[in-house]
Amino acid sequence: MTDSTSTLVGDVTSGGSGDGSALPPSAPNQAAGYGKPASLWSDAWGDLRRNPMFWIASLLILVLLVMALAPGLFTSVDPNYAVLSEARQAPSDRHVFGTTALGYDVYSRTIYGARASILVGVFSSLVTALVGTVIGLISGFYGGWLDGVLSRVGEIFFAIPLLLGGILFLYVFPNGLNTPLWQQVGKVVLVIAIFGWPSVARLMRSSVLQVKPNDYVTAARALGGSPFRLISQHILPNAVAPMIVVSTLNLGVFISVEATLSFLNIGLRPPAVSWGIDISNASAIGLVRAAPNMLLFPSIFLSVTVLAFIMLGDAIRDAIDPKLR
Amino acid sequence: MAAYIVRRLLQMIPVIIGATFLIFVMVFALGDPVAGRCGERPCPPAYVAKFRADNYLDQPILFQYGHYIWRVLHGDLGTAFSGQPVAQELLLRFPTTVKLALIAVGVEAVVGILAGVLAGIRKGRFLDYLVTISSLVVISVPIFVIGGLAQLVFGLRLGLFPVTATQGTIGQLIMPGLVLGALSVAYVARLMRATLVENLRSDYVRTAKAKGLTPARTVGVHTLRNSLIPVITFIGYDIGALMGGAVVTERIFNINGIGGYLYRGITLKDGSIVVGTVTCLVLIYLLVNLLVDVLYGVLDPRISND
Repeated sequence: MTDSTSTLVGDVTSGGSGDGSALPPSAPNQAAGYGKPASLWSDAWGDLRRNPMFWIASLLILVLLVMALAPGLFTSVDPNYAVLSEARQAPSDRHVFGTTALGYDVYSRTIYGARASILVGVFSSLVTALVGTVIGLISGFYGGWLDGVLSRVGEIFFAIPLLLGGILFLYVFPNGLNTPLWQQVGKVVLVIAIFGWPSVARLMRSSVLQVKPNDYVTAARALGGSPFRLISQHILPNAVAPMIVVSTLNLGVFISVEATLSFLNIGLRPPAVSWGIDISNASAIGLVRAAPNMLLFPSIFLSVTVLAFIMLGDAIRDAIDPKLR
Repeated sequence: MAAYIVRRLLQMIPVIIGATFLIFVMVFALGDPVAGRCGERPCPPAYVAKFRADNYLDQPILFQYGHYIWRVLHGDLGTAFSGQPVAQELLLRFPTTVKLALIAVGVEAVVGILAGVLAGIRKGRFLDYLVTISSLVVISVPIFVIGGLAQLVFGLRLGLFPVTATQGTIGQLIMPGLVLGALSVAYVARLMRATLVENLRSDYVRTAKAKGLTPARTVGVHTLRNSLIPVITFIGYDIGALMGGAVVTERIFNINGIGGYLYRGITLKDGSIVVGTVTCLVLIYLLVNLLVDVLYGVLDPRISND
């Protein structure tokens, strides 16, 4: 009863962990036989390189990153400059994506909107991953009452859905009209981290528990390795893979959450430029009819961005653990 | 079985206390408790004084929390600007949101399971790729984009559905329900496919095939029943999540449900509405999860015996 995932698994010949389903995905590489022993990572990279999804996603992300870092390369129009006499225009040579109800250039706003999304996505994913990893490692490694306490605390934060927690938090600590962008982004990142870390911590804890009983960990402990050394040299490298996959997927999810909060007029606020804000402004019933370009272009950019990160996460997951496919 | 139910109930209590405590701390202790209670302007001192006295805000924090949870348990979620108790307003809007969530869950169950099963038994073929890729796309498109586009295309251009659902009749709620359920359809399809593919590899399926059962019986009776358990659990949890997630859909389609009320609270800057509604939605979410866990124990005896 072999599975037919050979399209992906076929090339994974090095390593010798044999795709054995008994081993955890992050099982150490035993490097049996010939040739240079391939680590889990070089193995995964070999797989990733052959996956067209990975390249498409990377290319899209690269373009988005450039857009976020240097929007001036794509447009010379100020996204916050409105010409009321040119309001609600359909796409034309002068305004490639048309103009908004207040005469802003949709193309320029769409380009500049990448910055907020990428900032929120990258930072909230990083912070969530960091907090979740540290807590998951401590929980899984030490166990006992510490694990009990941390898991219960995690359950409590996990009990509040991200969107509802975000609404409440940003309602209590609102972003005003003149709050600087970094502070607005910081708040959104903070709230996503507060309600997002438990899922990462849970994942990390369970992979630590899978890795901990392995012989090489026992051996390192018997040789007198300090807890720090055990964690940093033996457990973390072998338990980190699922966390990386989930954090990449989270990047896309969190960008979507930011846009949703901004869409509800509670996340980022003008003059910050964000796809969520623009889509929110475009969603008034009358405008959907009169200026669909206002709705379409930021929507397409937002969706493609989220898609790119989710595709990247999927590709990394397939590379790290072909069994899951 | 009874022991399992009792254990789940007991496990739930600290989570509910913790979650409400978290909400309480965020709103009353860390934040300015009167922030956003008087619209755009700061609250007059008389109002602040009365609010602090009413909520025992000068007492120790645990006493404050005790008072707060006592009120919530008695169905008092505060009073909106307009003088209406929030709980009463929520009760009025409850049926609409439940209808919306049930439509979404229905769509999710039927379409998601069907697509997942088809993809799972045709693994590696065209249909599988179609389902996998289209679910990836649906997962990537945020719900308010799907909603806006559906409104534009099906409501305004084609005129197939009413553009808004102000009265909240079933006919009006069909398109919003489809929109609300779209994301979950994709998740259910993926989950269904993954569990089916995994179970198709197991020993009992090989035995069934070796006995000479028809493929329809092997998949339909033997594999599907086992593969459905995690999917049904996911769908169950989703009922609670969808009620909270309905805020976006209800805003787009102007539905007068709980989510629409929450959105109104945000735009009106009515703190009682926001805090009361979020508390209520979190409690609903937790109770639905509890119910699903109990049902899970009934469906799969292995769970309740550990």
